[in-house]
Amino acid sequence: MRVFLIVRIFMIVIGRDLQLAIKNGGTTVTLLIFYLSIGVIMPIAIGPDKEMLAGLAPAIIWVGALLSTLLGLDRLFVSDHEDGTLLSLHHANISMASIALAKIIAHWLITALPLILITPLLAIMLFMEMPVFLATMSALLLGTPALTALGAIGAAVAVTLKRGGVVAPILILPLAIPVLIFGVSAANNFAANMVSSSATLFLAALSLLTIAFSPFAISLALKAAQE
Amino acid sequence: MTPDNKPKNWFSALAHPGKFMRWSRYFIWPLIILTAISFAIGLWFALFNSPPDYQMGETVRIMYIHVPNAWLSQMVYSIMAISAIGSLVWRHPLADVAMKAAAPLGAAFTAMALFTGSLWGRPAWGTYWEWDGRMTSTLVLFLIYLGLIALWNTFSDQSKGARIIAVFTLVGAINIPIIKFSVDWWNGLHQPSIIKADGLSMPAELYTPLLIMTLAFTLLFFTLHLINMRTEVLRRRANSLERQHVIASSGGASTSLDVTNTDLDNKGGDND
Amino acid sequence: MIEFEAGIIFIIASYVGVALVLSLLIGWVWLNSNKQKARLVDLEKRGIHRRSKKNNPDKTEQTL
Repeated sequence: MRVFLIVRIFMIVIGRDLQLAIKNGGTTVTLLIFYLSIGVIMPIAIGPDKEMLAGLAPAIIWVGALLSTLLGLDRLFVSDHEDGTLLSLHHANISMASIALAKIIAHWLITALPLILITPLLAIMLFMEMPVFLATMSALLLGTPALTALGAIGAAVAVTLKRGGVVAPILILPLAIPVLIFGVSAANNFAANMVSSSATLFLAALSLLTIAFSPFAISLALKAAQE
Repeated sequence: MTPDNKPKNWFSALAHPGKFMRWSRYFIWPLIILTAISFAIGLWFALFNSPPDYQMGETVRIMYIHVPNAWLSQMVYSIMAISAIGSLVWRHPLADVAMKAAAPLGAAFTAMALFTGSLWGRPAWGTYWEWDGRMTSTLVLFLIYLGLIALWNTFSDQSKGARIIAVFTLVGAINIPIIKFSVDWWNGLHQPSIIKADGLSMPAELYTPLLIMTLAFTLLFFTLHLINMRTEVLRRRANSLERQHVIASSGGASTSLDVTNTDLDNKGGDND
Repeated sequence: MIEFEAGIIFIIASYVGVALVLSLLIGWVWLNSNKQKARLVDLEKRGIHRRSKKNNPDKTEQTL
């Protein structure tokens, strides 16, 4: 019976975050515009050479995904902390770690999924070929959970800080570098060999590991912040 | 911690901040002297009393300052990670102090490792930098150190912040095994581990200066860490005294405030 | 003796660089320590004591 209770509270947390996101749709749109802008700025900076752009495209898309994730971290915990929701969540019937996991899932749905859905637009702007594009899409699907989980840790650590929105990305960037390395590598290798490479496996492993362990780190950080 | 708390075991007795200040002062000058002697001997061996390498020539002498710094950059982080566990699990005030005192030192050692590694790479292997597994993850380690230092500067409530910073320190600790094993996972400029299970793969004449310099740098870290920890305890004392003074002089606040070793919101305290 | 070769500049640069950074590091640790001690001396002069000292006026503060 307790399992059903946990699942129900889980769903309520996710549902609430989704509802809030839909009401304040502006933030998601801002992130999407930011992501698209990177796709516009890079070709302008790099130059119109189609082949070069196509070769760099997976990297550009991954950098865009990373930066957009970092940008969106601010709303993960801060507003809940300010209006006292976090405090009452501490006293909920399920552990803070489960709640953290729920928030990570919700955040991925609100932030990473829309980014992935408009990646085709960037692919066109960067002259990506179909196999590379498909490979990048699958790499993003595999790897963005890791970015979200790591980002959530940074957001939790910085939640009590006044300029926390600036500090969290700085904290997360070093940890996100392996995800970036494997993500780009997975996209490139998959396209070349049509078979998943070790990079893809590493990427999937990183996502699984971070999703598994970040809720505990987040709950520790949030509990400490609450004292 | 009031003065009436009886220490429950030898560990608490050693680790009570006041007692720590009393016994640690006797270690400082001996450590300084030992460090100076080790550096003197080590430098003599490194620069004069050892032969050039068969393949690398004289540039092997850079190894004698590169490897100690690289090793220390990881060891210091490990010490920070252990202190972080102590801070989270036992809420040990000295654990917080140890963590904070180690961060700038670790950052400096990592920076020197990157710097000397780059200068070693150019003559020995032809390039200042390569994005291989070890160099990239060492750079990541440096960024994590900087992030931790930034966090310490940003939290005004140091004891609450210490717990949060401890969480982040442990999260970042995943990088240490990555550094160690990246040499085996990726093939780059770094050679596989020098100390293998079947003995040293380096001639003894080169190993001696390396060992002594590593010892010298490690002693240097322990010296500086001890001094820094004492400084941090003093800083917290000064901050809480100032805070107590502000409350008392503004009149009306309770005077029964126990502010011996906690460091609450700094009003005019110094928070560097 | 060390023979002069092309790599000598890198060896010198690395040792000098490390010496520089170490002096800065040691200097900072030492100055920081002095700064905090000075703050405590200053507070002492202004008559602000630790509560434990009020209880034990004979116990002196032992710091380096």
